[in-house]
Amino acid sequence: MKKLKKVEIHELSGAQIIVECLVREGVSQIFGIPGGALLPTFDALYDSPVKVVLTRHEQGAAHMADGYARATGKVGVCIATSGPGATNLVTGLATANMDSIPVVAITGQVATHLIGNDAFQEADATGVMRPVTKHNFMVKDVQDLPRVLREAFYIARSGRPGPVHVDVPVDVQRAKLKFDWVENVSIRSYKPKISGHPLQIQRAVELIDKSEKPLLYVGGGAILSGARDEIVALSEKAEIPVVHTLMANGAFPFDHPNYVGIMGMHGRFSSNIATQNCDLLISCGARFDDRVTGSVKTFARNAKKIHIDVDPANIGKTVNVDVPVVGDLKTVLAKIAEMVKFRKHQTWRKQIQDWENKHPFVVKPVKGVLQPQYLIQRIHKLTKGEAVVSTGVGQHQMWAMQWYPAKNPRRFLTSGGLGTMGYGFPAALGATFGVNDRPVICIDGDGSFQMTMTELGTAVQEKKKVILVIINNFFLGMVRQWQELFYKQRFSYSNLSQNKDENAKKVHPDLKKLSYIPDFVKIFDSYGLKGVRIYKNEEVDGAIKKALESEKTFLIEAMISPGEKVFPMVPAGGSLDETIVDMA
Amino acid sequence: MTTTQKIESLRHTISVLVENKAGVLARIAGLFSARGYNIDALSVGTTEDPQVSRMTIVVRGDERVLEQVCKQLNKLIDVIKVMDYVGTPHLERDLVLIKVAADKNTRSELIQICDIFRAKIVDVAADSVIIEMTGDNEKIEAMIKMLRPFGIKEVCRTGIVAMARGAKGISIQELERV
Repeated sequence: MKKLKKVEIHELSGAQIIVECLVREGVSQIFGIPGGALLPTFDALYDSPVKVVLTRHEQGAAHMADGYARATGKVGVCIATSGPGATNLVTGLATANMDSIPVVAITGQVATHLIGNDAFQEADATGVMRPVTKHNFMVKDVQDLPRVLREAFYIARSGRPGPVHVDVPVDVQRAKLKFDWVENVSIRSYKPKISGHPLQIQRAVELIDKSEKPLLYVGGGAILSGARDEIVALSEKAEIPVVHTLMANGAFPFDHPNYVGIMGMHGRFSSNIATQNCDLLISCGARFDDRVTGSVKTFARNAKKIHIDVDPANIGKTVNVDVPVVGDLKTVLAKIAEMVKFRKHQTWRKQIQDWENKHPFVVKPVKGVLQPQYLIQRIHKLTKGEAVVSTGVGQHQMWAMQWYPAKNPRRFLTSGGLGTMGYGFPAALGATFGVNDRPVICIDGDGSFQMTMTELGTAVQEKKKVILVIINNFFLGMVRQWQELFYKQRFSYSNLSQNKDENAKKVHPDLKKLSYIPDFVKIFDSYGLKGVRIYKNEEVDGAIKKALESEKTFLIEAMISPGEKVFPMVPAGGSLDETIVDMA
Repeated sequence: MTTTQKIESLRHTISVLVENKAGVLARIAGLFSARGYNIDALSVGTTEDPQVSRMTIVVRGDERVLEQVCKQLNKLIDVIKVMDYVGTPHLERDLVLIKVAADKNTRSELIQICDIFRAKIVDVAADSVIIEMTGDNEKIEAMIKMLRPFGIKEVCRTGIVAMARGAKGISIQELERV
């Protein structure tokens, strides 16, 4: 084991140590809410270089830390008090956990002598957080605090990243200690593998060299690892087409000739059929999620499979692979790209192009109505695919994924694994703290936005600008879509308005005659913010331009028919071969 | 022996070296429940290094499940090393205390059974005895079966502990060298 190098400084309280560690970790702002069990720490934060973004709800704090982390690649930090503060963080941390996002959550806890006494605002925070975090700590002695915080950041960002929770009782925050900064972290039980086994890399290279119909299947790990250049290099050298998952939107440039597109349940026809027909599937930081594979039995059934992942537990979990490579994607792909032969795969690429031509992935604009696909396509066009886009969860998320292919990594923020409605707005707000050279846009649904819209207050207080696009169909749209397709149009409790369900069965009901709960433009107005409501494709460009010009957070409320559905679609558990292109 | 092998193919014994910290047991138990794995037996104790605990877990499942169990265990930050004993010559021992109804008529027969099983009578009361025995799972099951007609009042088992024979194993010294 390496000797720890220590730099000594003067005596500090636990609270001051927390702040000092944040500064040394390079944290410029944290997201959270004070409370009884955090008062010492908030006092230390009062005149520190670390800014606190005061959120309206702890879930918002966790999503903001997550959005900041996704947009910047740095560790996001959120802070909450004991009891309800900590339990309110849970959804946010579970979201980060499923998508492997580096977040450190610090919670206050009742004093050590009260733990287990059912004290005021006491909850077993470490117990609650355990299944939804990568790791967590309870610090019962101030002596351990500097090391634990250092380890927390190290664990959060290394290997397969994830959220780490540190619970600090209020008396530990008050206790004094001669503070030593722990320079190097070494945890004997935690040694992520980075380089990849040379023999497995060799075997992977041999398979790639032999393949006639190779396909790169890129997942969120590509963004976490920063492997964009390496994927491009490999794809170009061996002429390998690229399909990607929701989490990898932006991992590979959408305007590259080898780009095929999004795959999975709502993926492109050509991507899904290419996946089913390739003879070699090279999985790069993807985990064969059920929303990607459809039926596992038939998934890419004739292909040999290479699986590169930093987490060995992902390999062989759902799909058997021929060549497993455990290691950091960027490192491993750099080696593979260097070793493979130059190849051409003209026939294979032409075949994929033919599939694309058979069912082209295009929007056919219709006059007089508002199509969500057209709206997002225009946003994409007017921002050149270079904005930071976050989403909630549901139909609008799938449309955003389909019609906002991001040009660069860390520009598309979405809750892929957990599917957390309400993620979009706070995540976008969090991203604004790390991004100031481009617009930050949240494409949300009326259902999703209502779950965390309380954070509008935070946006105003912090003078941050998010362009909020609410695609409003007065329904929990994805639930409605499934109820229409698989439950005989019995829209059981998915209608968020007083409008009769009959309106939702018409292809294009007269939306202006319907009632909506709430009036989002008025809500914006009450926060001193402006917004526009649009009903037609013809109004889209004007609204987007207004939003881009606005200095403050701005609302585009896009009223669409509840009958709009997400296509293509693979029914749950179905095979990718059965991709339904549309209803006709 | 054949029946034993059949059971063994489903039943795996795993040793896990973990940091001796608060919450580690909950973390491991939580992993099993969260992923739907069933624990047949679990025992925990310290090792030659007081900072390290050793858990022995008996779990059922096919090869794929077991591979995931081991990988997921390894993924836990506090887990230092995992070893599945399948295919490895090893010893398994379980300690059991059995309280059996016994009066002056049956006591001598019980003593005979204990002799055969190399068990000890560690407590005698007017109407019962407590028998202590160690052995692997089968031996203990056999003993319990023998004692059942006498009237078993209580059974308490420690759960299996296991160790590989010979050079193979998971010692802490070995880890320090890495």
